[in-house]
Amino acid sequence: MSKRVAIVGTGQTFHKSHRPDVNGQEIINEAVMRALEDADLKIKEIDAIVIGNMDHFEGINYVDCWSVDGSGGMMKPIIKLTTGGTTGCTVAIGGYHLVGSGMFDRVMIIGWEKNSESDTTGAITTAFDPVWDRLVFAGAISGLAAEAQAYMARYGATDRDGARVSVRDRKHATHNPHAHLRKEVSLEDVLASPMLADPIHLLDVCPRSDGACAVIMASEDVAEKICPKPDWIWATATRHSYSYLGDADYGRLTSMREGSQELWKKTGIKEPRKELDVIELYQPYSFGGLIWIEDMGIVGPGEAPQYIWDGNTDMGGELPINPSGGVIATNPIGATGLIRCAEAAMQVMGKAEGRQVPDVNFAFSSGFGGCWWTDMILHGRKKPE
Amino acid sequence: MSDPFKGIEPMVYQSKINVPYSWWAGDTASKFYITLRDEKIILGTKCETCNKVFLPPRKVCPSCFTENREWVTLADEGTVLSFTVARRRFAAIPNNKKVPVIWGLIKLDGADTAMLHYLDEIKPENVTIGMRVKAVFSEVRQGTIRDISHFKPVQ
Repeated sequence: MSKRVAIVGTGQTFHKSHRPDVNGQEIINEAVMRALEDADLKIKEIDAIVIGNMDHFEGINYVDCWSVDGSGGMMKPIIKLTTGGTTGCTVAIGGYHLVGSGMFDRVMIIGWEKNSESDTTGAITTAFDPVWDRLVFAGAISGLAAEAQAYMARYGATDRDGARVSVRDRKHATHNPHAHLRKEVSLEDVLASPMLADPIHLLDVCPRSDGACAVIMASEDVAEKICPKPDWIWATATRHSYSYLGDADYGRLTSMREGSQELWKKTGIKEPRKELDVIELYQPYSFGGLIWIEDMGIVGPGEAPQYIWDGNTDMGGELPINPSGGVIATNPIGATGLIRCAEAAMQVMGKAEGRQVPDVNFAFSSGFGGCWWTDMILHGRKKPE
Repeated sequence: MSDPFKGIEPMVYQSKINVPYSWWAGDTASKFYITLRDEKIILGTKCETCNKVFLPPRKVCPSCFTENREWVTLADEGTVLSFTVARRRFAAIPNNKKVPVIWGLIKLDGADTAMLHYLDEIKPENVTIGMRVKAVFSEVRQGTIRDISHFKPVQ
Protein backbone atom coordinates (compact mmCIF):
# COMPACT_ATOMS: atom_id res chain seq x y z
CA MET A 1 0.00 0.00 0.00
CA SER A 2 1.38 3.37 -0.95
CA LYS A 3 -0.73 5.22 1.62
CA ARG A 4 -1.67 4.29 5.14
CA VAL A 5 -5.44 4.23 5.68
CA ALA A 6 -7.62 5.13 8.66
CA ILE A 7 -11.29 4.99 9.53
CA VAL A 8 -12.41 8.52 10.42
CA GLY A 9 -16.16 8.07 10.86
CA THR A 10 -18.89 5.43 11.22
CA GLY A 11 -22.69 5.38 11.12
CA GLN A 12 -25.37 2.77 11.70
CA THR A 13 -29.13 2.57 11.65
CA PHE A 14 -31.11 1.37 14.66
CA HIS A 15 -31.55 -2.18 13.39
CA LYS A 16 -35.01 -3.78 13.47
CA SER A 17 -36.80 -6.80 12.01
CA HIS A 18 -38.92 -4.58 9.72
CA ARG A 19 -38.43 -1.02 8.51
CA PRO A 20 -41.62 -0.40 6.51
CA ASP A 21 -41.15 3.36 6.99
CA VAL A 22 -38.21 3.52 4.58
CA ASN A 23 -37.23 1.95 1.26
CA GLY A 24 -33.73 0.66 0.51
CA GLN A 25 -32.24 3.97 -0.61
CA GLU A 26 -33.65 5.71 2.46
CA ILE A 27 -32.26 3.17 4.96
CA ILE A 28 -28.85 3.48 3.25
CA ASN A 29 -29.10 7.26 3.58
CA GLU A 30 -29.65 7.06 7.35
CA ALA A 31 -26.31 5.27 7.83
CA VAL A 32 -24.48 7.55 5.36
CA MET A 33 -25.78 10.71 7.07
CA ARG A 34 -24.66 9.42 10.48
CA ALA A 35 -21.18 8.57 9.19
CA LEU A 36 -20.83 12.04 7.64
CA GLU A 37 -21.98 13.58 10.90
CA ASP A 38 -19.52 11.45 12.90
CA ALA A 39 -16.61 12.54 10.65
CA ASP A 40 -17.92 16.12 10.31
CA LEU A 41 -17.70 15.85 6.52
CA LYS A 42 -20.05 16.87 3.69
CA ILE A 43 -21.02 14.44 0.94
CA LYS A 44 -19.19 16.63 -1.58
CA GLU A 45 -15.94 15.85 0.26
CA ILE A 46 -16.31 12.12 -0.45
CA ASP A 47 -14.28 11.04 -3.50
CA ALA A 48 -15.72 7.57 -4.16
CA ILE A 49 -18.24 5.07 -2.82
CA VAL A 50 -18.15 1.29 -2.30
CA ILE A 51 -21.49 -0.40 -1.59
CA GLY A 52 -22.57 -3.99 -1.07
CA ASN A 53 -25.43 -6.26 -0.07
CA MET A 54 -26.55 -9.83 -0.73
CA ASP A 55 -27.42 -10.76 -4.31
CA HIS A 56 -31.13 -11.64 -4.69
CA PHE A 57 -32.09 -10.45 -1.18
CA GLU A 58 -33.94 -7.39 -2.43
CA GLY A 59 -34.06 -8.48 -6.07
CA ILE A 60 -32.29 -5.32 -7.26
CA ASN A 61 -29.36 -6.12 -9.52
CA TYR A 62 -27.70 -2.74 -10.03
CA VAL A 63 -27.57 -1.63 -6.43
CA ASP A 64 -24.62 0.68 -7.11
CA CYS A 65 -26.75 2.65 -9.62
CA TRP A 66 -30.15 2.34 -7.94
CA SER A 67 -28.84 3.47 -4.53
CA VAL A 68 -27.26 6.82 -5.48
CA ASP A 69 -30.15 8.83 -4.02
CA GLY A 70 -29.26 7.45 -0.61
CA SER A 71 -25.56 6.70 -0.88
CA GLY A 72 -24.51 10.11 -2.17
CA GLY A 73 -23.12 8.44 -5.28
CA MET A 74 -24.67 11.08 -7.57
CA MET A 75 -21.97 11.89 -10.17
CA LYS A 76 -19.26 10.09 -8.20
CA PRO A 77 -17.26 6.91 -8.81
CA ILE A 78 -19.28 4.12 -7.18
CA ILE A 79 -18.82 0.36 -7.30
CA LYS A 80 -20.67 -2.59 -5.83
CA LEU A 81 -18.85 -5.48 -4.19
CA THR A 82 -20.78 -8.53 -3.12
CA THR A 83 -19.36 -11.76 -1.70
CA GLY A 84 -22.27 -13.24 0.24
CA GLY A 85 -22.04 -13.14 4.02
CA THR A 86 -18.53 -11.70 3.84
CA THR A 87 -19.82 -8.71 1.83
CA GLY A 88 -19.67 -6.23 4.73
CA CYS A 89 -16.01 -7.00 5.40
CA THR A 90 -15.24 -7.19 1.66
CA VAL A 91 -16.56 -3.66 1.04
CA ALA A 92 -14.33 -2.42 3.87
CA ILE A 93 -11.29 -4.17 2.37
CA GLY A 94 -12.23 -2.79 -1.06
CA GLY A 95 -12.40 0.72 0.37
CA TYR A 96 -9.04 0.17 2.05
CA HIS A 97 -7.56 -0.78 -1.33
CA LEU A 98 -9.01 2.33 -3.02
CA VAL A 99 -7.60 4.68 -0.39
CA GLY A 100 -4.37 2.74 0.11
CA SER A 101 -3.66 2.87 -3.62
CA GLY A 102 -3.42 6.64 -3.37
CA MET A 103 -6.18 7.11 -5.95
CA PHE A 104 -8.79 8.44 -3.51
CA ASP A 105 -8.41 10.42 -0.27
CA ARG A 106 -11.86 9.87 1.24
CA VAL A 107 -14.06 6.86 0.49
CA MET A 108 -17.55 6.10 1.82
CA ILE A 109 -18.11 2.37 2.41
CA ILE A 110 -21.68 1.10 2.73
CA GLY A 111 -23.24 -2.25 3.63
CA TRP A 112 -27.00 -2.65 3.85
CA GLU A 113 -29.83 -5.17 3.82
CA LYS A 114 -33.58 -5.26 4.09
CA ASN A 115 -33.91 -8.90 5.06
CA SER A 116 -37.62 -8.35 5.59
CA GLU A 117 -38.14 -8.02 1.82
CA SER A 118 -37.49 -11.61 0.76
CA ASP A 119 -37.06 -15.25 1.73
CA THR A 120 -33.52 -15.52 3.13
CA THR A 121 -33.07 -19.25 2.53
CA GLY A 122 -34.54 -19.00 -0.98
CA ALA A 123 -32.07 -16.23 -1.80
CA ILE A 124 -29.08 -17.93 -0.15
CA THR A 125 -29.79 -21.10 -2.13
CA THR A 126 -29.02 -19.17 -5.32
CA ALA A 127 -25.39 -18.90 -4.13
CA PHE A 128 -24.83 -22.62 -4.55
CA ASP A 129 -24.00 -24.67 -7.62
CA PRO A 130 -27.19 -25.29 -9.62
CA VAL A 131 -26.25 -28.76 -10.88
CA TRP A 132 -24.65 -30.17 -7.70
CA ASP A 133 -25.40 -28.60 -4.31
CA ARG A 134 -28.62 -26.68 -4.94
CA LEU A 135 -30.79 -29.78 -5.35
CA VAL A 136 -29.84 -31.17 -1.95
CA PHE A 137 -29.09 -27.94 -0.04
CA ALA A 138 -31.19 -27.28 3.05
CA GLY A 139 -30.35 -23.70 3.98
CA ALA A 140 -27.62 -21.98 5.97
CA ILE A 141 -28.43 -23.46 9.38
CA SER A 142 -27.96 -27.09 8.35
CA GLY A 143 -24.39 -26.42 7.20
CA LEU A 144 -23.57 -24.69 10.46
CA ALA A 145 -25.13 -27.58 12.41
CA ALA A 146 -22.87 -30.02 10.54
CA GLU A 147 -19.84 -27.91 11.54
CA ALA A 148 -20.94 -27.85 15.18
CA GLN A 149 -21.59 -31.61 15.26
CA ALA A 150 -18.15 -32.33 13.81
CA TYR A 151 -16.47 -30.02 16.35
CA MET A 152 -18.37 -31.50 19.30
CA ALA A 153 -17.48 -35.04 18.22
CA ARG A 154 -13.82 -34.14 17.78
CA TYR A 155 -13.30 -32.25 21.06
CA GLY A 156 -16.12 -33.37 23.36
CA ALA A 157 -17.82 -29.96 23.49
CA THR A 158 -21.53 -29.80 24.35
CA ASP A 159 -24.57 -27.74 23.50
CA ARG A 160 -24.13 -26.00 26.89
CA ASP A 161 -20.77 -24.66 25.66
CA GLY A 162 -22.50 -23.19 22.62
CA ALA A 163 -25.29 -21.75 24.77
CA ARG A 164 -22.72 -19.98 26.97
CA VAL A 165 -21.52 -18.03 23.92
CA SER A 166 -25.07 -16.99 23.09
CA VAL A 167 -25.68 -15.87 26.69
CA ARG A 168 -22.56 -13.69 26.45
CA ASP A 169 -23.43 -12.00 23.16
CA ARG A 170 -27.07 -11.39 24.10
CA LYS A 171 -25.98 -9.84 27.38
CA HIS A 172 -23.49 -7.58 25.60
CA ALA A 173 -26.24 -6.46 23.19
CA THR A 174 -28.18 -4.88 26.06
CA HIS A 175 -25.48 -2.15 26.15
CA ASN A 176 -25.78 -1.38 22.42
CA PRO A 177 -28.70 0.89 21.46
CA HIS A 178 -28.19 -0.07 17.78
CA ALA A 179 -28.65 -3.81 18.43
CA HIS A 180 -31.79 -5.44 17.05
CA LEU A 181 -32.34 -7.91 19.93
CA ARG A 182 -31.55 -6.48 23.36
CA LYS A 183 -32.80 -9.10 25.78
CA GLU A 184 -30.65 -11.00 28.24
CA VAL A 185 -31.19 -14.78 28.25
CA SER A 186 -30.05 -17.60 30.53
CA LEU A 187 -28.35 -20.87 29.61
CA GLU A 188 -31.64 -22.62 30.32
CA ASP A 189 -33.49 -20.24 27.98
CA VAL A 190 -31.10 -21.08 25.14
CA LEU A 191 -31.28 -24.84 25.72
CA ALA A 192 -35.09 -24.76 26.05
CA SER A 193 -35.58 -22.73 22.86
CA PRO A 194 -36.82 -24.64 19.78
CA MET A 195 -34.29 -26.96 18.12
CA LEU A 196 -33.70 -25.76 14.55
CA ALA A 197 -30.98 -28.19 13.43
CA ASP A 198 -29.28 -30.30 16.09
CA PRO A 199 -27.37 -28.93 18.08
CA ILE A 200 -28.51 -25.40 17.12
CA HIS A 201 -31.39 -23.96 19.12
CA LEU A 202 -33.29 -20.83 18.07
CA LEU A 203 -31.40 -18.71 20.61
CA ASP A 204 -28.05 -20.00 19.27
CA VAL A 205 -28.49 -18.23 15.93
CA CYS A 206 -28.75 -14.75 14.46
CA PRO A 207 -32.01 -12.99 13.54
CA ARG A 208 -32.85 -11.42 10.18
CA SER A 209 -32.61 -7.63 10.45
CA ASP A 210 -33.20 -4.53 8.35
CA GLY A 211 -30.33 -2.09 8.60
CA ALA A 212 -27.37 -0.30 7.11
CA CYS A 213 -23.86 0.72 8.12
CA ALA A 214 -21.44 3.23 6.63
CA VAL A 215 -17.73 3.72 7.29
CA ILE A 216 -15.54 6.54 5.99
CA MET A 217 -11.90 5.75 5.26
CA ALA A 218 -9.26 8.44 4.64
CA SER A 219 -5.63 8.43 3.54
CA GLU A 220 -2.80 9.38 5.88
CA ASP A 221 -2.62 12.76 4.08
CA VAL A 222 -5.99 13.86 5.47
CA ALA A 223 -7.07 11.35 8.15
CA GLU A 224 -5.79 13.16 11.25
CA LYS A 225 -7.17 16.49 10.00
CA ILE A 226 -10.63 14.92 9.86
CA CYS A 227 -10.31 12.94 13.09
CA PRO A 228 -7.55 13.53 15.70
CA LYS A 229 -7.58 9.89 16.84
CA PRO A 230 -8.59 7.77 13.85
CA ASP A 231 -8.68 3.98 13.66
CA TRP A 232 -5.70 2.84 11.56
CA ILE A 233 -6.06 -0.21 9.34
CA TRP A 234 -2.99 -2.36 10.02
CA ALA A 235 -3.71 -5.22 7.67
CA THR A 236 -6.48 -7.22 6.01
CA ALA A 237 -6.75 -10.84 4.84
CA THR A 238 -9.25 -12.72 2.71
CA ARG A 239 -9.73 -16.45 2.16
CA HIS A 240 -12.41 -17.76 -0.18
CA SER A 241 -11.72 -21.43 -0.19
CA TYR A 242 -13.80 -23.64 -2.52
CA SER A 243 -16.97 -24.13 -4.56
CA TYR A 244 -18.71 -27.26 -3.28
CA LEU A 245 -20.24 -27.87 0.13
CA GLY A 246 -18.48 -31.19 0.75
CA ASP A 247 -14.96 -29.84 0.31
CA ALA A 248 -14.60 -28.21 3.75
CA ASP A 249 -12.95 -29.61 6.87
CA TYR A 250 -16.09 -29.62 9.02
CA GLY A 251 -15.26 -28.75 12.61
CA ARG A 252 -12.41 -26.42 11.65
CA LEU A 253 -12.62 -23.12 9.75
CA THR A 254 -9.61 -23.35 7.44
CA SER A 255 -10.22 -19.91 5.91
CA MET A 256 -10.07 -18.33 9.39
CA ARG A 257 -6.88 -20.18 10.27
CA GLU A 258 -5.03 -19.22 7.10
CA GLY A 259 -6.37 -15.65 6.99
CA SER A 260 -5.51 -14.89 10.61
CA GLN A 261 -2.02 -16.40 10.22
CA GLU A 262 -1.49 -13.99 7.33
CA LEU A 263 -2.78 -11.12 9.47
CA TRP A 264 -0.45 -11.92 12.41
CA LYS A 265 2.52 -12.35 10.05
CA LYS A 266 1.86 -9.02 8.30
CA THR A 267 1.59 -7.13 11.57
CA GLY A 268 4.16 -8.95 13.72
CA ILE A 269 1.60 -10.21 16.22
CA LYS A 270 3.05 -13.19 18.11
CA GLU A 271 0.40 -13.87 20.74
CA PRO A 272 -3.03 -12.69 19.54
CA ARG A 273 -4.63 -13.61 22.88
CA LYS A 274 -2.39 -11.13 24.70
CA GLU A 275 -1.92 -8.51 22.00
CA LEU A 276 -5.53 -8.08 20.87
CA ASP A 277 -7.77 -6.03 23.15
CA VAL A 278 -11.17 -6.71 21.61
CA ILE A 279 -12.72 -8.85 18.87
CA GLU A 280 -15.82 -8.18 16.77
CA LEU A 281 -16.33 -11.61 15.24
CA TYR A 282 -18.79 -12.30 12.42
CA GLN A 283 -20.30 -15.17 14.38
CA PRO A 284 -23.81 -15.98 13.12
CA TYR A 285 -24.27 -18.82 15.58
CA SER A 286 -22.93 -19.62 19.02
CA PHE A 287 -20.72 -22.62 18.17
CA GLY A 288 -18.73 -20.46 15.73
CA GLY A 289 -17.70 -18.49 18.81
CA LEU A 290 -15.96 -21.63 20.09
CA ILE A 291 -14.51 -23.12 16.91
CA TRP A 292 -13.32 -20.00 15.15
CA ILE A 293 -11.35 -18.40 18.01
CA GLU A 294 -9.33 -21.62 18.10
CA ASP A 295 -8.65 -21.24 14.37
CA MET A 296 -7.59 -17.64 15.05
CA GLY A 297 -5.01 -18.98 17.48
CA ILE A 298 -6.52 -17.26 20.53
CA VAL A 299 -6.55 -20.66 22.27
CA GLY A 300 -5.58 -24.17 21.14
CA PRO A 301 -7.89 -26.74 19.50
CA GLY A 302 -10.65 -27.82 21.91
CA GLU A 303 -9.72 -25.16 24.50
CA ALA A 304 -12.34 -22.53 23.64
CA PRO A 305 -15.18 -23.83 25.87
CA GLN A 306 -13.14 -23.60 29.09
CA TYR A 307 -11.68 -20.22 28.05
CA ILE A 308 -15.19 -18.86 27.51
CA TRP A 309 -16.69 -20.45 30.67
CA ASP A 310 -13.93 -18.71 32.65
CA GLY A 311 -15.33 -15.36 31.53
CA ASN A 312 -12.28 -14.32 29.50
CA THR A 313 -14.39 -13.13 26.57
CA ASP A 314 -17.04 -11.32 28.64
CA MET A 315 -16.93 -7.54 29.11
CA GLY A 316 -14.22 -6.95 31.73
CA GLY A 317 -12.46 -10.20 30.81
CA GLU A 318 -9.03 -10.76 29.28
CA LEU A 319 -10.23 -10.42 25.67
CA PRO A 320 -13.87 -9.26 25.28
CA ILE A 321 -15.58 -10.65 22.19
CA ASN A 322 -18.54 -8.92 20.54
CA PRO A 323 -19.16 -6.00 22.94
CA SER A 324 -21.83 -4.92 20.42
CA GLY A 325 -23.77 -8.15 20.92
CA GLY A 326 -22.47 -9.38 17.59
CA VAL A 327 -24.35 -11.09 14.80
CA ILE A 328 -26.55 -13.12 17.16
CA ALA A 329 -28.15 -9.82 18.20
CA THR A 330 -28.16 -7.99 14.84
CA ASN A 331 -27.98 -9.32 11.30
CA PRO A 332 -28.74 -7.11 8.27
CA ILE A 333 -26.54 -9.51 6.28
CA GLY A 334 -24.88 -7.21 3.72
CA ALA A 335 -24.19 -4.75 6.55
CA THR A 336 -23.24 -7.33 9.20
CA GLY A 337 -19.54 -7.57 8.33
CA LEU A 338 -19.23 -3.79 8.05
CA ILE A 339 -20.90 -3.37 11.46
CA ARG A 340 -18.09 -5.56 12.87
CA CYS A 341 -15.56 -3.22 11.22
CA ALA A 342 -17.38 -0.10 12.46
CA GLU A 343 -17.70 -1.45 16.01
CA ALA A 344 -13.99 -2.37 16.09
CA ALA A 345 -13.15 1.12 14.82
CA MET A 346 -15.36 2.70 17.51
CA GLN A 347 -13.50 0.66 20.15
CA VAL A 348 -10.13 1.95 18.90
CA MET A 349 -11.41 5.53 18.61
CA GLY A 350 -12.93 5.39 22.11
CA LYS A 351 -16.43 6.05 20.75
CA ALA A 352 -18.13 2.81 21.79
CA GLU A 353 -20.02 4.45 24.68
CA GLY A 354 -21.74 1.90 26.98
CA ARG A 355 -19.96 -1.00 25.28
CA GLN A 356 -16.45 0.54 25.33
CA VAL A 357 -13.55 -1.74 26.26
CA PRO A 358 -10.88 0.32 28.09
CA ASP A 359 -7.56 1.20 26.39
CA VAL A 360 -7.94 -0.59 23.08
CA ASN A 361 -4.68 -0.76 21.18
CA PHE A 362 -5.56 -3.51 18.70
CA ALA A 363 -9.04 -4.65 17.59
CA PHE A 364 -9.97 -7.45 15.20
CA SER A 365 -13.05 -7.58 12.98
CA SER A 366 -14.14 -10.28 10.55
CA GLY A 367 -16.64 -11.37 7.94
CA PHE A 368 -17.97 -14.88 7.39
CA GLY A 369 -20.16 -16.45 4.73
CA GLY A 370 -20.40 -18.21 1.43
CA CYS A 371 -18.86 -21.64 1.51
CA TRP A 372 -16.92 -21.20 4.76
CA TRP A 373 -15.27 -18.00 3.60
CA THR A 374 -13.60 -15.56 5.99
CA ASP A 375 -12.15 -12.10 5.64
CA MET A 376 -10.72 -9.92 8.39
CA ILE A 377 -9.21 -6.61 9.42
CA LEU A 378 -6.72 -5.66 12.12
CA HIS A 379 -7.45 -2.18 13.53
CA GLY A 380 -4.95 -0.22 15.62
CA ARG A 381 -4.67 2.97 17.62
CA LYS A 382 -1.12 3.73 16.47
CA LYS A 383 -0.27 4.61 12.88
CA PRO A 384 1.33 1.55 11.26
CA GLU A 385 5.05 1.91 10.45
CA MET B 1 -18.13 -24.89 -36.45
CA SER B 2 -19.83 -28.26 -36.39
CA ASP B 3 -23.16 -28.62 -34.64
CA PRO B 4 -22.41 -30.10 -31.20
CA PHE B 5 -25.93 -31.55 -31.00
CA LYS B 6 -25.81 -33.35 -34.37
CA GLY B 7 -27.21 -36.82 -33.86
CA ILE B 8 -27.57 -36.19 -30.12
CA GLU B 9 -30.59 -35.43 -28.03
CA PRO B 10 -29.18 -33.39 -25.08
CA MET B 11 -30.27 -34.29 -21.56
CA VAL B 12 -31.49 -30.92 -20.23
CA TYR B 13 -31.77 -30.14 -16.54
CA GLN B 14 -34.41 -27.41 -16.20
CA SER B 15 -34.34 -25.18 -13.13
CA LYS B 16 -35.52 -21.81 -11.92
CA ILE B 17 -34.86 -19.32 -9.13
CA ASN B 18 -37.74 -19.01 -6.72
CA VAL B 19 -37.46 -16.01 -4.39
CA PRO B 20 -40.64 -14.22 -3.28
CA TYR B 21 -40.34 -10.51 -2.49
CA SER B 22 -42.38 -7.94 -0.57
CA TRP B 23 -40.79 -4.52 -1.04
CA TRP B 24 -41.54 -1.71 1.39
CA ALA B 25 -42.27 1.57 -0.41
CA GLY B 26 -41.50 3.61 2.72
CA ASP B 27 -43.42 6.56 4.16
CA THR B 28 -42.47 9.01 1.40
CA ALA B 29 -43.57 6.86 -1.57
CA SER B 30 -46.62 5.67 0.40
CA LYS B 31 -47.88 9.24 0.77
CA PHE B 32 -47.55 9.68 -3.00
CA TYR B 33 -49.45 6.48 -3.81
CA ILE B 34 -52.20 6.99 -1.23
CA THR B 35 -52.84 10.53 -2.51
CA LEU B 36 -52.86 9.30 -6.10
CA ARG B 37 -55.29 6.49 -5.26
CA ASP B 38 -57.68 8.46 -3.05
CA GLU B 39 -57.54 11.98 -4.53
CA LYS B 40 -56.18 11.56 -8.07
CA ILE B 41 -53.49 14.07 -7.15
CA ILE B 42 -49.85 13.72 -8.23
CA LEU B 43 -47.36 14.90 -5.59
CA GLY B 44 -43.67 15.71 -5.73
CA THR B 45 -41.14 16.74 -3.10
CA LYS B 46 -39.11 19.93 -3.27
CA CYS B 47 -35.52 20.51 -2.17
CA GLU B 48 -35.33 23.71 -0.14
CA THR B 49 -31.62 24.04 -0.97
CA CYS B 50 -31.62 23.76 -4.78
CA ASN B 51 -35.41 24.20 -5.35
CA LYS B 52 -35.58 21.10 -7.54
CA VAL B 53 -38.96 19.27 -7.54
CA PHE B 54 -38.71 15.47 -7.70
CA LEU B 55 -41.07 12.89 -9.18
CA PRO B 56 -40.87 10.18 -7.84
CA PRO B 57 -40.79 12.15 -4.59
CA ARG B 58 -37.39 11.83 -2.91
CA LYS B 59 -37.09 11.93 0.89
CA VAL B 60 -33.59 13.43 0.61
CA CYS B 61 -32.22 15.52 -2.28
CA PRO B 62 -29.63 13.27 -4.00
CA SER B 63 -27.40 16.27 -4.81
CA CYS B 64 -27.73 18.53 -1.73
CA PHE B 65 -28.18 15.70 0.80
CA THR B 66 -30.74 17.73 2.72
CA GLU B 67 -34.19 16.43 3.63
CA ASN B 68 -37.00 17.38 1.26
CA ARG B 69 -39.66 18.51 3.72
CA GLU B 70 -41.91 20.36 1.27
CA TRP B 71 -44.60 18.56 -0.73
CA VAL B 72 -45.74 20.09 -4.03
CA THR B 73 -48.95 19.30 -5.94
CA LEU B 74 -48.02 18.80 -9.58
CA ALA B 75 -50.27 19.45 -12.56
CA ASP B 76 -51.86 16.44 -14.26
CA GLU B 77 -50.64 17.94 -17.54
CA GLY B 78 -47.15 18.00 -18.93
CA THR B 79 -44.85 17.91 -21.95
CA VAL B 80 -43.48 14.87 -23.82
CA LEU B 81 -39.67 14.94 -23.64
CA SER B 82 -39.16 11.78 -25.69
CA PHE B 83 -41.03 8.62 -26.64
CA THR B 84 -40.77 5.22 -28.28
CA VAL B 85 -43.16 2.71 -29.84
CA ALA B 86 -43.25 -1.06 -29.34
CA ARG B 87 -44.88 -2.79 -32.30
CA ARG B 88 -44.23 -6.37 -31.18
CA ARG B 89 -45.78 -7.92 -28.14
CA PHE B 90 -43.37 -8.86 -25.32
CA ALA B 91 -43.70 -9.92 -21.70
CA ALA B 92 -43.28 -6.48 -20.13
CA ILE B 93 -46.40 -5.13 -21.84
CA PRO B 94 -49.47 -5.45 -19.59
CA ASN B 95 -52.27 -7.70 -20.83
CA ASN B 96 -54.73 -4.85 -21.19
CA LYS B 97 -52.43 -2.89 -23.51
CA LYS B 98 -52.51 -3.69 -27.22
CA VAL B 99 -49.55 -3.13 -29.54
CA PRO B 100 -48.47 -0.73 -30.79
CA VAL B 101 -47.71 0.57 -27.31
CA ILE B 102 -46.27 4.07 -26.86
CA TRP B 103 -44.01 4.94 -23.92
CA GLY B 104 -43.41 8.61 -23.21
CA LEU B 105 -41.14 10.52 -20.86
CA ILE B 106 -43.49 13.17 -19.51
CA LYS B 107 -42.40 16.20 -17.52
CA LEU B 108 -45.41 17.34 -15.53
CA ASP B 109 -45.86 21.07 -15.04
CA GLY B 110 -44.16 21.96 -11.75
CA ALA B 111 -41.71 19.02 -11.76
CA ASP B 112 -38.02 19.05 -12.64
CA THR B 113 -37.82 15.35 -13.45
CA ALA B 114 -39.83 13.38 -16.01
CA MET B 115 -41.93 10.29 -15.41
CA LEU B 116 -42.08 7.27 -17.67
CA HIS B 117 -45.62 6.24 -18.60
CA TYR B 118 -47.89 5.16 -21.43
CA LEU B 119 -49.25 7.48 -24.12
CA ASP B 120 -52.63 6.48 -25.55
CA GLU B 121 -55.68 7.81 -27.43
CA ILE B 122 -53.24 8.85 -30.16
CA LYS B 123 -51.65 7.09 -33.14
CA PRO B 124 -47.87 6.58 -32.91
CA GLU B 125 -47.27 8.59 -36.09
CA ASN B 126 -48.95 11.62 -34.52
CA VAL B 127 -46.82 11.74 -31.34
CA THR B 128 -44.26 14.55 -31.29
CA ILE B 129 -41.63 15.62 -28.80
CA GLY B 130 -42.87 18.76 -27.10
CA MET B 131 -46.55 17.87 -27.38
CA ARG B 132 -48.81 18.53 -24.40
CA VAL B 133 -50.44 15.55 -22.66
CA LYS B 134 -52.84 15.00 -19.75
CA ALA B 135 -53.12 12.16 -17.22
CA VAL B 136 -56.09 9.78 -17.49
CA PHE B 137 -56.68 8.14 -14.10
CA SER B 138 -57.73 4.50 -13.83
CA GLU B 139 -61.29 3.68 -12.78
CA VAL B 140 -60.03 1.16 -10.24
CA ARG B 141 -57.06 2.53 -8.31
CA GLN B 142 -54.93 0.32 -6.04
CA GLY B 143 -52.07 2.56 -4.99
CA THR B 144 -49.65 1.84 -7.83
CA ILE B 145 -48.17 3.95 -10.63
CA ARG B 146 -50.82 2.43 -12.90
CA ASP B 147 -53.49 4.33 -10.97
CA ILE B 148 -52.66 6.64 -13.86
CA SER B 149 -53.96 4.63 -16.84
CA HIS B 150 -52.04 6.64 -19.43
CA PHE B 151 -51.50 10.14 -20.80
CA LYS B 152 -53.56 11.48 -23.70
CA PRO B 153 -53.06 14.54 -25.93
CA VAL B 154 -54.40 17.83 -24.59
CA GLN B 155 -57.12 18.88 -27.01
